[in-house]
Amino acid sequence: METFNLFLKAAFIENMVLAYFLGMCSYLAVSKTIKTAFGLGLAVIFVLGITMPINWVINEYLLSDTGVFGTDLTFLRFILFIAVIASMVQLVEMAIEKFSPALYNSLGIFLPLITVNCAILGGSLFMVSREYNFGDSVVFGLGSGFGWFLAIIAIAAIREKIRYSNVPPALRGLGMAFIITGLMGLAFMSLMGIDLTKPM
Amino acid sequence: MAETAVVEKEPLFGKKERKLLTDPLGDNNPITIQVLGICSALAVTTLFFKALVMSVAVVFVCAFANLFTSLLRNYIPKQVRMIVQLVIIATLVTIVELVLKALDYTVYKDLSVFIGLIITNCIVMGRLEAFALANKPWRSFLDGLGNGLGYGLILLIVAFLREIFGKGTLFAGSPAEIKIIGASIPSEGIIYKINTAAESGIGTWFSWYANNNLMVLPASAMFVIGVLIWIQRSWRKELVDIS
Repeated sequence: METFNLFLKAAFIENMVLAYFLGMCSYLAVSKTIKTAFGLGLAVIFVLGITMPINWVINEYLLSDTGVFGTDLTFLRFILFIAVIASMVQLVEMAIEKFSPALYNSLGIFLPLITVNCAILGGSLFMVSREYNFGDSVVFGLGSGFGWFLAIIAIAAIREKIRYSNVPPALRGLGMAFIITGLMGLAFMSLMGIDLTKPM
Repeated sequence: MAETAVVEKEPLFGKKERKLLTDPLGDNNPITIQVLGICSALAVTTLFFKALVMSVAVVFVCAFANLFTSLLRNYIPKQVRMIVQLVIIATLVTIVELVLKALDYTVYKDLSVFIGLIITNCIVMGRLEAFALANKPWRSFLDGLGNGLGYGLILLIVAFLREIFGKGTLFAGSPAEIKIIGASIPSEGIIYKINTAAESGIGTWFSWYANNNLMVLPASAMFVIGVLIWIQRSWRKELVDIS
């Protein structure tokens, strides 16, 4: 139950996009149609779910002072985390290309974009500052990936619809996307009061 | 036959250079036009002082990452350029983090993961890809500086609006904190341990003003930036995107 709660918390209550506004760049750039948003969302779930446990292991066994080297190496955290993310994205890209060309074709362009998606690095940094254990880090990774996926699908759907509305010309496109995201963020705030530790 | 290379003379601070520096402030602003680097921008704009620290950090990282990438541009193999760029950025960000930790620990705690997230700030990466890999060091440095400043400008405008309407103060969290609008002593009886503007001779304006808590919420940053884009685009019609 604990793990399920963590998943819900990561996906809804502390949604990466709508509560912390992480991963905004690709969120705004790729949310013009549902189809592309879907591809990017899947790729983000995938990469978050993989990099989070790897970074947990690195942080626990290489960087902390109880680790292999026995000294506090946390100042190397940024470099190692981002290197892990960049190389994992590269590996995942090659693996998908080999085993599932169909998926590769639909994700292709979005995979390299994920390296600079702040939600990925942000997730790993949150994991460190909140002191999750290994199991939690996997669940947190998948949960926040799922939350990101939901958010980008939602905004893509709204943006597809809003194309037919009469928005002031200067606000069309980007400006409107910002305001919609703000409203969605307000809507998601209503979930913040939920306390998962109490029985329903 | 010996090639007589015509070396185009590049002035240190000519017209082109000035354009590199000023373009990102307006017509090619990284946030409102290029839509880069919004990720870490929103969370730090609740307080003006936090936004100021963040802007300085981004200007530093952006300018020097551009400079170093440009210096190394002929030695970086194309396949691994992303990783090389990320290592350069991550190193600079680590320097910023350590310096900030030493200078002002409370601000460092406040900014927490967002300093780290400068690494994935798309402005830095985007400028490296789009400019520094193809241009000479001095120009790349100016381009980085300009884009960092353009980012900082928007950040400061948003933070200014949010802080003044959300809390009625300016520079909260720093020693120079002053109360500008709203009553200096809130009705709940909590006495602010700060200089009110009245003490410093300016006087608090609009003492009837009650703080607008919406401006403290993260969503308001989206609204403020949305409206900024709206203003900019209705003023400069050619920037409107058709899609």
